[in-house]
Amino acid sequence: MFAHEFFRNALLAGTFVALACGAVGYFIVLRAQVFAGDALSHVAFTGALAAAAAGIDTRIGLFAATIGIALVLGGIGQRGAADDVAIGIIFAWILGLGVFFLALFSSGSGGGNGLLGARALFGSIFGLSASDARLAALIGALILAAILAVARPLLFASVDPGVAAVRGIPVRTLGLLFVALVGATAAEATQAVGALLLLGLLAAPAGAAHRLTPNPYLALALSAALAVFAMWLGLAISYAIPSLPPSTAIVAIATASYLLAFLLTALRPERRLAGALGAADHGLAEN
Amino acid sequence: MRTTSVLAATGPSLDPISDLHQLTAYPFMVNALEAGTIVAVMAGVIGWFMVLRRQTFAGHTLSLTAFPGASGALLIGLSASAGYFVFSGFAALIIGAAAGAQTRRNRSQESAITGAVQAFGLACGFLFLSLYQGVLANYESLLFGSFLGITHGQVLALAAVAAVALGLLAIAGRPLLFASLDEGVARARGVPTRALGLGFLLLLGLAVAETAQITGALLVFALLVAPPATAQLITPRIAPSLALSVALGVLITWVGLALAYFYNYPVGFYITTVAFVTYMVARVARAVADHQGPLRARMRPAEAGG
Repeated sequence: MFAHEFFRNALLAGTFVALACGAVGYFIVLRAQVFAGDALSHVAFTGALAAAAAGIDTRIGLFAATIGIALVLGGIGQRGAADDVAIGIIFAWILGLGVFFLALFSSGSGGGNGLLGARALFGSIFGLSASDARLAALIGALILAAILAVARPLLFASVDPGVAAVRGIPVRTLGLLFVALVGATAAEATQAVGALLLLGLLAAPAGAAHRLTPNPYLALALSAALAVFAMWLGLAISYAIPSLPPSTAIVAIATASYLLAFLLTALRPERRLAGALGAADHGLAEN
Repeated sequence: MRTTSVLAATGPSLDPISDLHQLTAYPFMVNALEAGTIVAVMAGVIGWFMVLRRQTFAGHTLSLTAFPGASGALLIGLSASAGYFVFSGFAALIIGAAAGAQTRRNRSQESAITGAVQAFGLACGFLFLSLYQGVLANYESLLFGSFLGITHGQVLALAAVAAVALGLLAIAGRPLLFASLDEGVARARGVPTRALGLGFLLLLGLAVAETAQITGALLVFALLVAPPATAQLITPRIAPSLALSVALGVLITWVGLALAYFYNYPVGFYITTVAFVTYMVARVARAVADHQGPLRARMRPAEAGG
């Protein structure tokens, strides 16, 4: 398995993409901004197609589009967090633009557009070259470093924005910085797992980590670890079963880990007690 | 998408009567206009509740379940309808159960679950497509729709789905509205808010998946979110806002279809762009109005409450 260069490249790029996704994802789930992540992953699709239509390097289009739109999304909301409806409307328009660029590109080059579109949507991690993989790993490491650098104030600003603002933490700037990082992550991960499946790496490991532990730093580490685990196992399974696309395998493992975490915490005794209390509360309210 | 390129090479004459004649000259265009109108009306009403309940993310996720549903049905040789009803039904149940169990206390888990459901659904869809020996041309029409290849039979199917969905909403509309506006009070008054929430998601899923099959997940989503959001921005009163949402949706669809007919770019692009511009105009107008008359703006919520 490791004898093949394409697999080593995929492993290198995939590990860092997963680390970045897991760490960023933890904050996305904490801030309940998964929808923004969803929108940005689709922006990546439009960005890639726009770059292809304009004939410039796909990667430039990806990063410019995702970070730019991320800042717009962050800018229109309060405290650097956009509201759902605004995201939804911008998002629908961005998708419309994606279709436009797809049409533009396909009329320009004839054929081959389906392949490019599918690549942007579903990723092609086994198709990365050695230099692509090194660059992807570098960008992933940078995103991870940036997130870790602001982890403490960002955590404070996410959990209690009001108190954080009073204590002198630049909540709005942090929020904008964070959505920009989400944008960069979306652009980065699009190459590995594709625009449509990126959400699996952002939401599922982080959701599992949030369920498993209340300790924020432990959950952050756990989220990144689960994402890397899903990436490795997914790559290995996909290598063993050639008809299984790697993106599908990775997302399936990530979702399975979330499901497992859900079941584990649902069966835990103190949770059941809390659940029973909640149900009693519910019953009272109903009567 | 490619069908658009065989359309009228000439632009509009800017004479409304002759333009309308030209638009309705071909049966496929008539079908597209009919289907678009039905979808816009249904999406205007269901989307109004969706926007009110802040379930845009769930709506988008459910509209995407058309993709795994259709490709799965394609793979095992079932009818596409069976596939997407199964998938969207499951997705709605999971999201609904998660939303119910967490109440409002933990929105972050709800969004994580919705995201995981969406990614997993799309991953399944991708797997089915690749197992089907990759006729990848299909994924585009599943996601972006083939509005201009709609048959008369599909229009009738759409009309049936819309009639059922609107009928159910007409029955459950009042308690659903109550539960959406103030869940706590509604529950205290004996309204089954959880069942209503779950039922609404199921309805949203089934309606949207059926529609997405014909018009693409993208268009449904644009029509679900933009007209209701614009309408709710313009007026806080319930009946006018609901009517405005439907009217805006129909208007946006017609303008988008006409533009796609006269200028050779995808209809999805035109509809989403018109929807986006409409919303932005309403938003800017609202901001200007609020700025000019802060007193009136402050009084408006009080009127709505009373």
